[in-house]
Amino acid sequence: MEEYAIELIERGKRIDGRNFDEFRKIEIKTNVAGKAEGSAMVKLGETELIAGVKMEIAKPFEDTPNEGVLIVNAEFSPLASPDFESGPPSENAIELARIVDRGIRESKAIKMDELVIEAGEKVWGIFIDIHVINHKGNLIDAAALAAITALSNTRVPKIVDEKVVRKDFERKLPVEHQPITVSVCRLGNKYILDPLLEEENVLDAKLSVAIMEDNRICALQKQGNKGLEFDEIETMIDLAMEKSKEIRKLIS
Amino acid sequence: MKTKEIVLPGDFIDEREGRKLDTGVYLEGNKVFSKVLGISRVDENEISVIALSGAYIPKVGDKVIGVISEVEISGWSVDINSPYTAFLPFSEAVEEFVDMSRTDLSRYFDIGNIIYCRVSKVTKNKVVQVSMDDMSAKKLYGGITLKVTPTKVPRMIGRGGSMISLIKTKTNCEIIPGQNGVVWIRGEDKTKAIETILTVEKESHTVGLTEKIEGMLA
Amino acid sequence: MRKDDRQPDQLREIKMKLDVVTAANGSAEVRFGNTVALAAAYGPRTLFPRHLQESEACRLRCRYNMAPFSVDERKSPGPDRRSVEISKVIRLSLEPTIFLEDFPRAGIDGFIEIIQADGSTRVTGINALSLALASAGIPMKDLVTACSVGKIDDTLVVDLNGEEDNNSQADMAFAMLTSKNLVTLLQMDGILTKDELMELLNTAKSSCEKIYEMQKSVLKEKYSGE
Repeated sequence: MEEYAIELIERGKRIDGRNFDEFRKIEIKTNVAGKAEGSAMVKLGETELIAGVKMEIAKPFEDTPNEGVLIVNAEFSPLASPDFESGPPSENAIELARIVDRGIRESKAIKMDELVIEAGEKVWGIFIDIHVINHKGNLIDAAALAAITALSNTRVPKIVDEKVVRKDFERKLPVEHQPITVSVCRLGNKYILDPLLEEENVLDAKLSVAIMEDNRICALQKQGNKGLEFDEIETMIDLAMEKSKEIRKLIS
Repeated sequence: MKTKEIVLPGDFIDEREGRKLDTGVYLEGNKVFSKVLGISRVDENEISVIALSGAYIPKVGDKVIGVISEVEISGWSVDINSPYTAFLPFSEAVEEFVDMSRTDLSRYFDIGNIIYCRVSKVTKNKVVQVSMDDMSAKKLYGGITLKVTPTKVPRMIGRGGSMISLIKTKTNCEIIPGQNGVVWIRGEDKTKAIETILTVEKESHTVGLTEKIEGMLA
Repeated sequence: MRKDDRQPDQLREIKMKLDVVTAANGSAEVRFGNTVALAAAYGPRTLFPRHLQESEACRLRCRYNMAPFSVDERKSPGPDRRSVEISKVIRLSLEPTIFLEDFPRAGIDGFIEIIQADGSTRVTGINALSLALASAGIPMKDLVTACSVGKIDDTLVVDLNGEEDNNSQADMAFAMLTSKNLVTLLQMDGILTKDELMELLNTAKSSCEKIYEMQKSVLKEKYSGE
């Protein structure tokens, strides 16, 4: 299937008939994990994952005593793909979690200074866990979308007698930006968005771009085992920017 | 046009102009570039770069010094100082007709034995076969082996064998340099031989090496 | 003016040395100011575990690690999530240049140890590993050259030290095959407008051109200095 994917792309087509800059059908559902303080399920075509947000009382980092703490983790459960194995997170799972983390953290999407419980001692820890359900390509874009959607629907629980009271919320999590990540893939001399698994396995290079509402860029990560021509970086960023606007409309 | 220069990966050597390309170079369009840190060799017929370091990658026809690493059912595994282990089939090593199901092949070559043999086959995936079919192939007894950078062995042998003959005569040692970078030395006093060989290895790219070696051996 | 008195486009003092790990096939130490990275390359060599030899291609493996004493507050030994990700991006920064097809079923291993961390450790490591690979005779299309660029106090700068790294508005790790104009590592975090990004990319490229010349000199000197 993979050689066929390349052949088709050279001829200007894709396996599933999409245009090069077309995303698969995007489905977003919020509050899919009842025990999470916030959650979202995202489907890009058949790729499916859930981002769940848990709010826990945490100790602040030493250098930011008056800020909440953000931790992003990704689980590539063997259930989701024949390529995933049981065990500690693979380098791909770790990379994905860190890319999603940076997109949120660097854009300052969450107002971290509004998450102090006791100055210097206790703050809110925002734990985002990305759980892959079905891997059919483009996990990064799906994960970033699920994470920001889940955060935008997260509520901060009340604290009574120093304990978290689940199910009793005091406010929404203060989220003020919505970074969207679009990964632009190069196969030969063509660029495609939202790659299928088959396309992802044969791509030359990929540039994941996290973009804010005002078109500023808050994260970049190049992947793939071939290089990028210096002059094509701008082209890829432009493609990502254009697409991010469309996708952002789906979050609210 | 650059010849006998130290070049780096990515350095432009010359336009191809229909010439043969040997080791250490790659082509982009009609331009030839170096793949390795080495010495360029450019003449009217051929362009190549001799790497100054690197592992031994077997080629058919190479005469190498190997060490038996395993005794198998129908032959032996041979360590030829390469990421690729070679196989010496029984039929390529022994002329007798033997019932293999009844014979323990270690009678002929055992683990640790040193052999001088020829690379007879290398597949695309670098599965390697060696053979003792060459007239000079033999088991080597006694002596010691020394490892040097494989690409420097030709310099060690010298034009028409001049360098190696000089070293053998002056040190009174038997020396067989394998193209795989393994050198076998046997003799009463091997010190001078080892010293000279290591000097050739270290300074193979310098001018005046032959004179220096002659000086060391005098 | 930066806290260490450098101009925005000024690199720190760079030192490069080869053959620091003589047990390896090739090695180098590179210093960018107070950041010190050691790199060693082994291979091509037989791949273990054996089952890896079944796949046709040559396997490049890279490991980036920070020594526990390389930072102010001791870092627990062993790989953490950051090192795992950095190891991956470093491997991908080198794969495009190595002629892996020359060594089917074999392995090439690159190791980077950060002895002293003062910002931009991964790019310092890549510069060192690139030298180590060339010194080991590994065939490549070109050396890989890397540098960091970023935005501090609204100014675009080159080669961030540790303090700048921690307080930057944006920082970018960049690596390329200089003579081929091919970018093999590109990571950015922070906030940049597209124009700022494009300017930083150009600055990164010209810094790499300077570092590339240094790498080439140190390799040539190894043999011509005799």
